[in-house]
Amino acid sequence: MKRRKFVFLMGLATASGGLAIACADNQSATTPNATSPTSSPASTTAASPSASPVAATGPLEKELVIYSGRDEKLVGDLIKQFEQETGAKVQVRYGDTAELAAAILEEGKNSPADVFFAQDAGALGAMQKAGRASQLPPSLLDRVESRYRSPDGKWVGITGRVRTVDYNTKLVKPADLPESISGFTDPKWKGKIGWAPTNGSFQSFVTALRVSQGDEKAKQWLEGIKANNPKTYPKNTAIVEALSRGEIAVGFVNHYYLEKFKQENPQAPVDHHFTNDVGSLVNVAGVAILDGTKHPNIAQKFVDFMLAQDAQKYFATKTYEYPLVSGIAPEGNLKALNGIPSQATAIDLSNLNDLDATLKLLQETQVI
Amino acid sequence: MEKAARPPLFLTLTAAAVAIAIALPLTYLVIRTAGVGGEALWELVSRARTLTILFNSAAMAAIVTLCSALIAVPLAFLTVRTDLPGRRFWLIVTTLPLAVPSYVGSFTLIATFGPRGSLLQLLLEPLGVQELPSIYGWPGVILALTLFTYPYLLLSVRSGLQGIDPTLEEAARSLGQSGQSTFFRVILPQLRPSLVAGGLLVALYSLRDFGTPSLMRFDAFTRAIFLQYKASFNRNSAAALALVLVGLVLLILWLEYRARSRAAYYSRGSTSQRPPKVLLLGRWKWPAVAFCAVVTAIALVLPVGITVFWLIRGLHNGYSLPNLVPAALNSILASGITAGVATLFALPVAILSVRFPGRITSIIERCSYIGFGLPGIVVALSLVFFGANYLPQLYQTLPMLVFAYLVLFLPQSVGTVRGSLLQVNPQLEESARSLGRSSWQTLREVTLPLVRPGVIAGAMLVFLTAIKELPATLLLAPIGFETLAVKIWKATENVEFAEAATGSLFMLLVSIGSTLLLLSQERVRS
Repeated sequence: MKRRKFVFLMGLATASGGLAIACADNQSATTPNATSPTSSPASTTAASPSASPVAATGPLEKELVIYSGRDEKLVGDLIKQFEQETGAKVQVRYGDTAELAAAILEEGKNSPADVFFAQDAGALGAMQKAGRASQLPPSLLDRVESRYRSPDGKWVGITGRVRTVDYNTKLVKPADLPESISGFTDPKWKGKIGWAPTNGSFQSFVTALRVSQGDEKAKQWLEGIKANNPKTYPKNTAIVEALSRGEIAVGFVNHYYLEKFKQENPQAPVDHHFTNDVGSLVNVAGVAILDGTKHPNIAQKFVDFMLAQDAQKYFATKTYEYPLVSGIAPEGNLKALNGIPSQATAIDLSNLNDLDATLKLLQETQVI
Repeated sequence: MEKAARPPLFLTLTAAAVAIAIALPLTYLVIRTAGVGGEALWELVSRARTLTILFNSAAMAAIVTLCSALIAVPLAFLTVRTDLPGRRFWLIVTTLPLAVPSYVGSFTLIATFGPRGSLLQLLLEPLGVQELPSIYGWPGVILALTLFTYPYLLLSVRSGLQGIDPTLEEAARSLGQSGQSTFFRVILPQLRPSLVAGGLLVALYSLRDFGTPSLMRFDAFTRAIFLQYKASFNRNSAAALALVLVGLVLLILWLEYRARSRAAYYSRGSTSQRPPKVLLLGRWKWPAVAFCAVVTAIALVLPVGITVFWLIRGLHNGYSLPNLVPAALNSILASGITAGVATLFALPVAILSVRFPGRITSIIERCSYIGFGLPGIVVALSLVFFGANYLPQLYQTLPMLVFAYLVLFLPQSVGTVRGSLLQVNPQLEESARSLGRSSWQTLREVTLPLVRPGVIAGAMLVFLTAIKELPATLLLAPIGFETLAVKIWKATENVEFAEAATGSLFMLLVSIGSTLLLLSQERVRS
């Protein structure tokens, strides 16, 4: 009797859970079909004013929810300014970019988020692929160079982040640093390299390597570095820490970690080196407006705000990132964005969401 | 075994509610895994890498549990039953590593014992030591997890020791057994349930921990699962991996079930409240103190010391202390409510499993451990899914967060309550019933007061782990609801050591405060 009751309750729980997921899967499976008739003409005729959901003229809603993979220290002040300027109440959920992306995908149409502010293009690409990013108007897209935004107009880059080789100035002479990232496969770097293969930016770089030089070359590079017994770190900050201690001589990182580290440790003997190839890939942090938004106008206004002079300047001075809107220079002793050699290789960032193949390659070579 | 009577309705209902809560993440995982598709799933599960991490995780859990027992059992015995100098002091400080979040602990271990530029290497540099043997990988992960999880076993073994009726030992001694053989033939067997329960918590905690394997660069399940989300935004393969992990958790639960014995752990006679005899250490006194001191130094003084150092260095460089009080209050609020609610739900599950043993009750009790063996992000995403789609009114509210914590941490409470309950003679309850008390009254007036130490210990354990939880907090807390764990995470993302140090110290303070509260309750009893 009691046993039967329990079995019944357990079964009920399991069954209702299963049903729930099954239903939601159907929903998400049907959404692309449901939205594609409306979204595909929009994307094909994005240039025509009638098709773009421009609402710069429409009334601004008074509320906005942002899921931000960018930290509050980086964007919090800007968002406050935006609130003052528009009078809207902005709520921000801060978190890890990948976890937030997974959450948005799980939330489906019920996602409370209007805007997703991601650390890297890959996460935005994933939104686009799942049909969760809505079309942006050309008036916003055109502000940044085409390579820093989605070719389908589903997301736009806000700031640039550059891959660099940071090195310990006590252990390495600048003249010894190779011009190409492939130079680090030379056995003379054995035991001296630090990397973070599980880091999203590193994986974007490997994807770029694949896209620009082919899978075979990328595989050779990974195997070459691996043969040099690199030290593996969980993230870029740990690499910069280890560099300053002299635990490693060179590390593959994003440029701004060192700038920030030097705020607390001005004497750290670490400097940047930019290679002449994809080793100094320019990736972006950017935004997408989600398909389920109930506040499309204020959401677009937010994107507009982030691409305006003030915000772009703010990023340059506060986060040491590269402004993507032309006419604003980066801060400090950073090279100008168009002075970075990898610009010449023109990598389509929207291809960087082909992460499955990269992950496979990384696992095949047993890097992760 | 006596024939199990029919359990009272209020027990059945709450236990059923627990069962439903447990079913959620598991159901989610099964269905998401189904989305992978047969062939791809087989490829994912059977490939060499999955098998490697399976082996790594299983071996890690086993070794950490063993090492923890080697630290915890002597510590428990020394602090409860011997004339160890400063016994009261060691009793408190050896429990406190529980309050050190394992990611903070691991970070400080690396800063101290890392191969280059670490504290130890700099100290040894005058002697010509340029590089220390690497801490990363197996040694680091075992060291860190052992040091910061052994208190689970310590607490459980200690309360087991205190619950042993001293008359049993006296009987053994009067029958001519030596001290040593009394220990191995009477005390150790009596400790079996607490050893097994504590060991289970240690094993599952090491499986679910993300910070330590990731900092120590150890290929464990949690790291692989996170990688799937991070690198390919592929929720299905991540779920498939998590389901393999569930398999491992189930295996551990089964082993633990087998290790339990059906013996009675209460004495038949009157419950004696006399304190047990104190063992004189003699010449072992100072080695014993040295043992306690070394454990405390590495597991408590080191992390606290280095955190304080970072803070001072930051203050020296012009860093000003932020106001962390609101975050601390949020932490206390969410974890506190969770601790209370967890106790409410743990009691019926524990009572059912001890007093009404049967296949169904043990399944419910066993299942409550599954959430604890899963990484926070997996449980969080399953609740994101159910919450956003089916309970939008509750989604991302405080009750939702508390619920997530419950799914994750309930077993800690179930385990300790169960341990205490095993030491209570059911005849006491039966007498109450025969004297006309209802089952509800019996629970309130007889059972609850007797299992109070287990209830309090369980609530504190839940509190201490919930306060450290990160992914569930980031995804399910109300927007703007910042806890100390969130603050520390943000600071480390931003390379702000001083800020991270402040947050960690605050968390240590709150946790140490509550650990002391827990210990004071223990003292009342002893």
